[in-house]
Amino acid sequence: MNHSKKGMSRRTLIKTGLAGILATGVSPLILTRGAWAQEFCNNPTGDTVTIGLNLPLSGAYAEEGADEQKAYELAVQHLNGEGDGGLLNVFAPSALKGNGVLGKKMAFVTSDSQTKADVARAGATRMIERDGAIMITGGSSSAEAVAVQGLCQEMGVIFMAGLTHSNDTTGKDKKRYGFRHFFNAYQSGISLGPVLGDEYGADRRAYHLTADYTWGWTQEESIKNATEALGWETVQAVRTPLGAADFSQYLTPVLNSGADVLILNHYGNDMVNSLTQAVQFGMRDRQVNGKQFEIVVPLFSELMAKGAGENIKGIFGTSNWHWNLQDPGTIAFTKSFGAAYGSPPSQAAHTAYVQTLLYADAVERAGTFYPPEVIKALEGFEFDGMGNGRTLYRADDHQCIKSVLVVRGNENPTSQYDVLEVVREVPREEVAYDPTIFGGELGPAEPAPMC
Amino acid sequence: MNTILVTRNDLLLLLGFTIAVLAMPIWLQPFGAAYPDLMQRFAIYGIFAIGFNILFGLTGYLSFGHAAFFGVGSYAAVWSFKLLTMDAIPALVFAVLISGLFALLIGYVSLKRSGIYFSILTLAFAQMSYNLAYSVLTPITNGETGLQLTLADPRHLDQALGISSRSPALLGQPLLGYAGFYFCAGLLIVAFFIAQRITGSPFGMMLRAIKSNQTRMHYTGFNTRPYTLAAFVISGMYAGLAGALLAITDPLAGAERMQWAASGEVVLMTILGGVGTLVGPVIGAWIIKYFENIFSAFNEGILHRTFDFLPDGLEDAVVLVTSKFVGEGWHLTLGLVFVLIVVFLPGGIMEGVRRLVHWARRPAEPGRASPRPQPAE
Repeated sequence: MNHSKKGMSRRTLIKTGLAGILATGVSPLILTRGAWAQEFCNNPTGDTVTIGLNLPLSGAYAEEGADEQKAYELAVQHLNGEGDGGLLNVFAPSALKGNGVLGKKMAFVTSDSQTKADVARAGATRMIERDGAIMITGGSSSAEAVAVQGLCQEMGVIFMAGLTHSNDTTGKDKKRYGFRHFFNAYQSGISLGPVLGDEYGADRRAYHLTADYTWGWTQEESIKNATEALGWETVQAVRTPLGAADFSQYLTPVLNSGADVLILNHYGNDMVNSLTQAVQFGMRDRQVNGKQFEIVVPLFSELMAKGAGENIKGIFGTSNWHWNLQDPGTIAFTKSFGAAYGSPPSQAAHTAYVQTLLYADAVERAGTFYPPEVIKALEGFEFDGMGNGRTLYRADDHQCIKSVLVVRGNENPTSQYDVLEVVREVPREEVAYDPTIFGGELGPAEPAPMC
Repeated sequence: MNTILVTRNDLLLLLGFTIAVLAMPIWLQPFGAAYPDLMQRFAIYGIFAIGFNILFGLTGYLSFGHAAFFGVGSYAAVWSFKLLTMDAIPALVFAVLISGLFALLIGYVSLKRSGIYFSILTLAFAQMSYNLAYSVLTPITNGETGLQLTLADPRHLDQALGISSRSPALLGQPLLGYAGFYFCAGLLIVAFFIAQRITGSPFGMMLRAIKSNQTRMHYTGFNTRPYTLAAFVISGMYAGLAGALLAITDPLAGAERMQWAASGEVVLMTILGGVGTLVGPVIGAWIIKYFENIFSAFNEGILHRTFDFLPDGLEDAVVLVTSKFVGEGWHLTLGLVFVLIVVFLPGGIMEGVRRLVHWARRPAEPGRASPRPQPAE
């Protein structure tokens, strides 16, 4: 009987057994190691992909937050192929198909950031960790944007900034995972300076009231530089806390300072309050140094102009975008927003909408949700048809370079929405600047191993 | 003399607490709260409330300025990250020491008075610290924007050792997600244990004696100042520890952490859970943080889905009413819960638990007096 010889000896049994154990034990490791390259924070596996909207629904910038939310909802509808398609029809070059993103339906979760950096970070963390958000977007304050952007860099989740105007967002505090479509204070200064010089002359004394956080600081600095280059003198720059309801204690000293221009580096409700109070103080009827006293609000928005009502007439500022522009992108967006909500969109809504589309488009072009590839697709991307003319997502600092609007409070509004008129559209070449002037580093693109 | 270090009941309580804390990822699942960030907050604010209770619960001194120490802890930790190393241990040590020093200064002045005057003094100091952080000391605190890490930070110790870590770590182990939670949870358990030891010690007895009748203590010849000051500093150090942990799990320190609202929050936590009890303040902290993070995230869409089973008109009506209590309105819900608890259970949730236990143990004797309600001083 050769049975025993043909059968397995004890030694081979052990050998094969061990080899088998090793193989079953090790092979999953090898396989998962290979899979690691594509394993990243919140890789969407189902048939939906979730984005996180971090919006100020209470606090000083609540109105902007509410308008942004409408725009995000609209963008998600359009990306999923519902509604009239909005900017999907005019945006070029576009890889968007109107069937979601990479075939997955887009869904969203929201969080109220209360216009506070701490809360915004907690909300973003919740949306990433619990709700599985692949991308975070929104915010209407630069403090929030800078804070959330830092967090997203650590967690390896892309952040598409909403309304944030501080130089720091794409300057000192820029991050590889953070992208900004909105313009910044430096560009406001370059655009607004010459217009102010033409209108008010070169011999002026300016008094700044500044919201006391990153955006206010950088805007004050940028406007100071631009106006001092014209020959203006800066009398004083006073910092005011964000969300202060009463600005009278800050406005009284302006009257006796010998200044003939008041520059309000305020935004949202703060600007509405400070401007209204300044007008109540009779500042716009005053003559100082033999000149008419003027007020300038370097960053203007539709919603603020509406809030300030009559007081805004004739006041200069800058805007990222205005619904009354006559290019196909603006017309298409204003039309679908108006059809959905019955009012024209604000610049906050516009930037929110555009950012969502740009992210989705970058994912389509990259062919994956893997953040480093999406980042590569966004960096240096040049596009048109979004309402700002030809626009470049600059690779060096993730700042969109596009034209900037100098606007003025409309003297004879034809409707309650027709509160701003565009004085000048400053072309993109004039507002492009050297990305190295603000310092800062983008940091690495590899995502954190987990989130 | 009693030589037993830990009594059986204390040990059981500690054991139960440890299990409850470490098992959080499991039992919080049905509540939608089992994600690391929120559980870290549960642990961190638990430490804060335990520390606050050492002062308020034991000595009866109601401080309205504890957020100042919390904020100082955060700033100290972030500066340790910026200047020294991304390791958590130096950050914790610094934060606890600096907030302890800070508490010593503020406590020394504030404790010259008691009762409402003490509360007002602490409130004033905290508000001063907040304003300093918000607008005066911006080079140190970065004001409203908040103090953050940057790639350009010197990190002298890390540089000397050749470590290039980007996120806070514990001896090389990054403290992200669940690792961060277990780190905070471990410290919460240690903090709980220390508070338990303090409460049971002769020192703790002295503190409770101060609460019940300070004048009598004076008459018997005790100088109570060193005891109250020690309690104040210890609870300030607890707050600093919690603040540092918040900075470790999320390296950012903002001035709003020091605002009076934050100071008021820890008072609410302690009263909601049960003043003077060990577990109560922790439960209070968990409830408030749960409301803040989960209730505030509900929006009308979620409500519509929840009440989907109701007929259309009714659904809209129900959503309309409930939507006032969630989302932005979470403060309203919290306020209602707080009022109900203070009115019906003056001893906080722990009194409710005691009454339940009482009722379960003696079903034969209905109406036995529950612990007499005591006014929250």
